[in-house]
Amino acid sequence: MTPTALLDALFPAGHAVRADGPVLAGTGRTAAGEVAVIGTHGAAEVGVEAALRLAGEVLAVVRSHPGRSIVVLVDTRGQRMSRRDELLGLAAYLGHLAAAVGLARRRGHRLVAVVFGEASSGGVLPLGFMADEIHAVDGARPWVMALAAMARVTKLPLERLEALSRGSAVLAPGLESFLRLGGIDGAWTPPLAPRLEAALARPAGPDRRAEVGRERGGRPLAAEVAGRVAGGTGG
Amino acid sequence: MRPAALDRRSWREATARRRVAALLDAGSFVEWLPPAARVTSPHLGALDLPVAFDDGAVVGEGLLDHRRVLVAAQEGAFMGGAVGEVHGAKLTGLLRRAARERPAGVLLLLDSGGVRLQEANAGLIAVSEIMRALLEARAAGVPVVGLIGGAWGCFGGMGIVAACCDALAMSEEGRLGVSGPDVLETVKGVEELDAADRALVWRTYGGKHRWLLGDADRLVADDVAAFRAAALELLASPRPLELEALEAEHLALAGRLEDLGGAADARDAWATLGVRDLDQVARCEPDELVRAEGARRRAR
Repeated sequence: MTPTALLDALFPAGHAVRADGPVLAGTGRTAAGEVAVIGTHGAAEVGVEAALRLAGEVLAVVRSHPGRSIVVLVDTRGQRMSRRDELLGLAAYLGHLAAAVGLARRRGHRLVAVVFGEASSGGVLPLGFMADEIHAVDGARPWVMALAAMARVTKLPLERLEALSRGSAVLAPGLESFLRLGGIDGAWTPPLAPRLEAALARPAGPDRRAEVGRERGGRPLAAEVAGRVAGGTGG
Repeated sequence: MRPAALDRRSWREATARRRVAALLDAGSFVEWLPPAARVTSPHLGALDLPVAFDDGAVVGEGLLDHRRVLVAAQEGAFMGGAVGEVHGAKLTGLLRRAARERPAGVLLLLDSGGVRLQEANAGLIAVSEIMRALLEARAAGVPVVGLIGGAWGCFGGMGIVAACCDALAMSEEGRLGVSGPDVLETVKGVEELDAADRALVWRTYGGKHRWLLGDADRLVADDVAAFRAAALELLASPRPLELEALEAEHLALAGRLEDLGGAADARDAWATLGVRDLDQVARCEPDELVRAEGARRRAR
């Protein structure tokens, strides 16, 4: 799905979103009022400049529009992989972006992410996956690493990984896996606008992804382990 | 008298549990879900891979100079400290507990290659859950301090987790990044970065470079006592998670791009910062570098 088609479907009442390189930013109109729109497109590789620009957009919304909901549009193949980005401290730029999103949540900004393309690694961690709710639309492809590269790094035979991944939500790339693991709340089908409005209207709650992953059979232990450590009943 | 260096106890060479024991007041550590609880990865068995009874993560509470802190330590000897479902959930649970109980701080002893690829999707989501829980602990007023000096450094999603902390202490041997040297070489080719060039790797990712740029707040020797002293200092100076503070950080990071964005190598960046003797950076002891160049590094 192109960004324009997605924006038309999410905001039939109107939107004003501009693309500046890989970064999307602007506003959309919903029945409940204006919302901020921030994200990336074109399977963006998020490097130091894009991370800084995204953080700047989040901070500007917090500064100028207290409480305004933020819709995060996700299409990123991960962090930009280059010696220059690492030299300049890409981790600091991505961490800064995550902190800005965390501040927005704390200040009462509702955060709803819509995955409309790729969603991977260092591109999705500091922004899309920081949202209160994360939904997917047609074309969503969340993943960590292609199986061929995974085979090289883990030294497991590719044929074996391919066979195992067919039944495994932790190994198989794609939306189905992330739904089962609780990493993505739901897959939206058209019409998208009422689904977005319903998501924006729900109150923000605690991070329930591990519980959802248990209910859907993808992550059997995460919720229990986190709960035992958080509650101190372990031992 | 023996030279001081011989009295050091190496952080890098210690296991996760030894690091915790040496960091905290003697005998004060209580582990939660210890190996005896046998909470292991539910996914590695399908790959015929061995499990660890702690899934490579040690979490619990103890005292640091008589004040209660929560601690997590990653064990690099098990799958490079990488984050799987259980490993990640232990860190997330610890940070959630911190947000509720408000101890004097949380110490994260980071030693990790990032997401455990054998549990790829679950590992990525787990890192995301750690990030949210960490920022919520900070929002609750609990300082979170990262310590990086293990053999695996701190890479991938855990590099972003480190950057979400209030403050970081690193040893010269510690490394911090997102795409690690092996990943960069594998994906982009040896001309992008030669992972076998140790000097290049250390001046791109290592503690001295990270300290000069301001990503690490303390540069310490590879010594458990030095890490303990740094942790004590850093817990006392949290970074507020407020709009004004993040706007100031934003300006600092924008300034870094402006000033250093054209640097082809760490040495060019150091020269721009005004470091006087570039060769000395690699050679000297951390405390010598702090004395000589402390005025020229970028503080955040």
